[in-house]
Amino acid sequence: MPSLKDLRNRIASVKSTQKITKAMQMVAAAKLRRAQDAVEAARPYAERMDEVLANLSGSISGSDAPPLMAGTGRDDVHLLVVCTAERGLCGGFNSQIARRAREHTRRLLKDGKQVKILCIGKKGYDILRRDFERSIIDRIDLREIKQIGFADASSIARRIIGLFEEGEFDVCTLFYSQFKSVISQVPTAQQIIPADVEKSDEQADSAEVKYEYEPDAASILADLIPRNIAVQIFRALLENAAGEMGARMTAMDNATRNAGEMIDKLSISYNRQRQAQITKELIEIISGAEAL
Amino acid sequence: MGNPHLCPPNFDRQNIMAETFTFELVSPERLLVSEEVEQVVIPGTDGEMTVLADHAPTMTSIRPGIITIVKPGGDQDRYVVFGGFADVLPNGCRLLAETATHVSEVNREDIARRIEQARSEAESARDEETRSRAEEFLGQLTTLEGAIIPA
Repeated sequence: MPSLKDLRNRIASVKSTQKITKAMQMVAAAKLRRAQDAVEAARPYAERMDEVLANLSGSISGSDAPPLMAGTGRDDVHLLVVCTAERGLCGGFNSQIARRAREHTRRLLKDGKQVKILCIGKKGYDILRRDFERSIIDRIDLREIKQIGFADASSIARRIIGLFEEGEFDVCTLFYSQFKSVISQVPTAQQIIPADVEKSDEQADSAEVKYEYEPDAASILADLIPRNIAVQIFRALLENAAGEMGARMTAMDNATRNAGEMIDKLSISYNRQRQAQITKELIEIISGAEAL
Repeated sequence: MGNPHLCPPNFDRQNIMAETFTFELVSPERLLVSEEVEQVVIPGTDGEMTVLADHAPTMTSIRPGIITIVKPGGDQDRYVVFGGFADVLPNGCRLLAETATHVSEVNREDIARRIEQARSEAESARDEETRSRAEEFLGQLTTLEGAIIPA
């Protein structure tokens, strides 16, 4: 049975933990709103980009397509770009993404493919390092960046395209968490090279508009595909940022509640024990008085 | 209205009934402009292009430059863009810009930094093709610098 003093200390320490988790929850909530706004703001560009791409790819036949879209024709070497958070304490957020990437890697390795991993974010690196230390070619640190800008995504995209041009890989897949709502983030794998462009309903489109291209369709497409990769990465990073905050908020909310329950339980046993001690002292006094 | 591509040299806006179309300027970070306009001048890779209502469907990549928007009533607005592309339809025009800034918010350092970056890219180019492309981009940037910052 812990003494009264021990109980008092426990209560005090749980209370201060609760204060911290509460504060983290509130900070996450504020950041979540900002991250959500950023996701919303980035949506129009990505949507329009998709439309334009769908339009263009309909007018370009297979052999003219730039390599980023057509691929190398092989699928021996896979590059996995795993985007995770830089910090922990956000529930299962990071491990969910890492698990998804790990399953994918295992499957590829079983099929005899070569796997290379590029980690964006420290947490994913920490988790994946345990199993695939040798496959990880590099990691990109975004800890210094408060608000992710398009320039960050675009420099990552340039790097990936550079690797592709050097023939380092054939297929590139992006892993991130899709932000569904505050309590639900879905880990997602998305193939970015070769570009997985949804062909629009060609008949409907070509009947509708006949575009003129300046300079010409192929060079616009060649200009557009790398940009599209940057957009995809940008979107993944933004969704991740929002998801991380959402996950942290939920996790910290739970932690705060748990701390509250713990404080209640500890207070009850503290009060009981105090009561017992008072009763004991009274009995001692009374029985002392009776003995006289 | 004849060929919408042609803008006669003695173009007199008073005599033409102002038809408007929707113009959208989108950067990856946000939607900057979405409004009805009369006319937009786009710095296309193959030369400046004026878009009026009922323009033939066109898709063009753009070089670093200034886009000029003419609103109904004749008010003008200017934005600086660094590359991207435009999607023109008879009833609207969308400009997807890599970065876009209102002319009043452009600062000299930013452009200087971009020029510096383009220069180092041109110098470190591996083959002739990337070099010529980088040099072209550098040239466009320098022209732009001259255009918006009065010497």
